[in-house]
Amino acid sequence: MPDRLPDRATIRAEADRLYAALLDSGAQPVEADILLPAGALLDLYGEDIRARAYVTRDPIRGEMMLRPDFTVPVVQMHMAHGAEPTRYCYRGEVFRKQDHIGARASEYLQVGYEVFARETPATADAGVFALFHRLLAPLNLRPATGDMGILLAAVRGLNTTERRKAALLRHVWRPARFRALLDRFAGRTALPQARLRLLDRLGSASPEALMQAAGPFIGLRSPEEVAARARSLIEDSIAPPVSPREAALLDSLLAVSGTAPQALARLEDIAASLPSIAPAVGRFSDRLSALAALGIDTAALPFQAGHGRSTLEYYDGFVFSFHADRPGWPPVASGGRYDALTAVLGQGRSIPAVGGVIRPGLVAALRAAP
Amino acid sequence: MTLKIGVPSKGRLMDKTFAWFGARGLKMRQSGSEREYSGSIGGLDGAELLLLSAGEIPRELSAGRIHLGVTGSDLVRDRLADWDMQVAELARMGFGQADLIIAVPAVWIDVDTLDDLDAVAAAFRAVHGHRLRIATKYHRLVRDFLADRGVADYQLVDSLGATEGSVKNLTAEAIADITSTGETLRANHLKTLSDGLVHRSEATLYAARAADWTAAARAALADLAQRTGLALPVLP
Repeated sequence: MPDRLPDRATIRAEADRLYAALLDSGAQPVEADILLPAGALLDLYGEDIRARAYVTRDPIRGEMMLRPDFTVPVVQMHMAHGAEPTRYCYRGEVFRKQDHIGARASEYLQVGYEVFARETPATADAGVFALFHRLLAPLNLRPATGDMGILLAAVRGLNTTERRKAALLRHVWRPARFRALLDRFAGRTALPQARLRLLDRLGSASPEALMQAAGPFIGLRSPEEVAARARSLIEDSIAPPVSPREAALLDSLLAVSGTAPQALARLEDIAASLPSIAPAVGRFSDRLSALAALGIDTAALPFQAGHGRSTLEYYDGFVFSFHADRPGWPPVASGGRYDALTAVLGQGRSIPAVGGVIRPGLVAALRAAP
Repeated sequence: MTLKIGVPSKGRLMDKTFAWFGARGLKMRQSGSEREYSGSIGGLDGAELLLLSAGEIPRELSAGRIHLGVTGSDLVRDRLADWDMQVAELARMGFGQADLIIAVPAVWIDVDTLDDLDAVAAAFRAVHGHRLRIATKYHRLVRDFLADRGVADYQLVDSLGATEGSVKNLTAEAIADITSTGETLRANHLKTLSDGLVHRSEATLYAARAADWTAAARAALADLAQRTGLALPVLP
C-alpha cells in the first residue's frame, strides 16, 4: 500500500474532482447510508464479508454493517424504485476490516459510477471503461480486462449433469476448488479414498436404514434431504466423466491471456469446438468494437480469461481494473458487469448493470508523486 | 524492568505449567494466599509471575504488557490477527492437548468430508433460505480453515458454551469445537468430519514481540532459555 497517502483534504478534493467529472458525464448523484442492515450483505457475500466488514449491533435494527461498498445499497435502492434505465454516481467512505498487520487502509473514499441500461451491453461496458480510462489517463495506469461471461457460458455448456455444472458454477470464483472439481468430474484425478468409502457404505443399504442405524435424528436438515443427497451421490458415481476433449478446451480457455485481439482470435478458435461460448465471445468482439469507437487502443489492451475470478463474486460479464506500478497496491480502479446481482436484489425485477469504483486516495498519491 | 511471565491462574493448566517449569529447575510459587494473582519464580532473578485467565493471555501478549505467556495455541491463533507476527512460539509444552474439529450430526450418512459439507451447504441454502450455520467460539481459525478449503454458503454463529448442544437445539446445523476424547460429541449424536481437524492445540510458551525488551528483560530471558534448553527467539 501507499508509502504515504496525501492528507485528507487533498484526497477529498480529488474525490470531488472525479465526482464532478462523473456528474458532467450526465450521471445522477446518489447517496447511500453508511450504516447498512447486515442481512442482505451477509446473504450475498457470506462469511467472507463478516471477516472484512465492521459488524455492529443496533438495539432495534439488529445486526448492522459499516458500508463495505456502494454497489449493494445503490442496486437495492435502484431496484426498489422501478429499476428503470439510469446512470448514477456517488462518493463516500467505505470501511474494510483488515485482518492482517500492514498499511492497508480500513477506511477510505470511493468514487463510483453505475449504469443500469437495457441497451446493448457492449455499448454500456465500453462506456464505463472509456470514461474511467479518460479520467485516469494522466496517471499512466496499466489496465487489465477479462470476461466472466465466457467462462460461465463454457461451464453451462458442458456435456455433463446439471448437478456438476451447478457445483462448478458455484466455485468459479474459487480457482483452486474449481480446478479440483473439474479434475474429479473429468476423471483426471481418482475419487478421494473418503468418498470411495462413503459410496461403499451408501451402497450397502437404503439411506433410511443407514440413518436408522446412525442414531437419533437431530437438526434442521431433514431426513428427506439426507436421503436425497445420498441417492444423488450414488447417481453421480455412475455418471460418465466430462470428456477429456471438453476438459482440455476449458483448460485452454482459462489459459487465454494476451492482447485483446490475440485473445479474441484464440477464443474464436476455442468456440469452433465449444459452441456454447460463441454468443459470449461475440459479445466480447462487439465490446472491442465499441471500445475502439470510443477511442480506446484495443490492439494493446490486455485481456485475461481468468481476470476477476478471485474478487467479490458478483461480476458475471466484463471485468476491468486499473493498476499503478507500485508494489503491494490494490487496484486504483476496478469494476465490471453484474446482471445477476440486480435479479438477486430485485425481488422479481432485474436490469442489466455495469459499474466501477475509483479510489481517490490512490489517485491523489499518484498525482503528488508520479 | 523485570521479565513479566503470564501463566494461567487456575486449574490443571496452572498446575501443569508450574510442573513444567519446576521440572526445569524453576520453581513457580503463588505469593500469599491462593486468591492473590501474582507470584515469584525461584532461581530466576529479575522475573515476575502474573497469574491471568488463559483467555486473557493472548491479549496481554499482543499488547506487550507481559514478555512471556503460557496459554493454548488455539486461543493465540484465534484471537490474534497474524499471530506469528505478534508472538514467537518458544516451546510447545506437551500438555493441554485438544483438537479443534468440525462435527455434523452422526445421522448425516451422506457426509464424511469438507467436500460433502460444502455440497450440503449449497443444497441447504436452496431449501431453507438461509446459510448452513456452524456454531463455534473460534471464528478466525474456522473461517480461515474453511476459506482455504473452498467451503462456501455457511455462516458462523457465536456459541458461548455447550456448543455441542446447538444442533439439537436447532441453533446450528454443525459445530466447530474443541474436543479431547470425542465423548461429548458422541453423547450429542455428532461425528467429526474425516478431514475436519482445524487445529491441534497445546499449551505453549510464547514471547511477545511488542513487549518492552529492555536489557534486564533480555538478560532474564537468556537465563531462562539456558536453564530450560530453549532457543532464544528473534525479538525486535
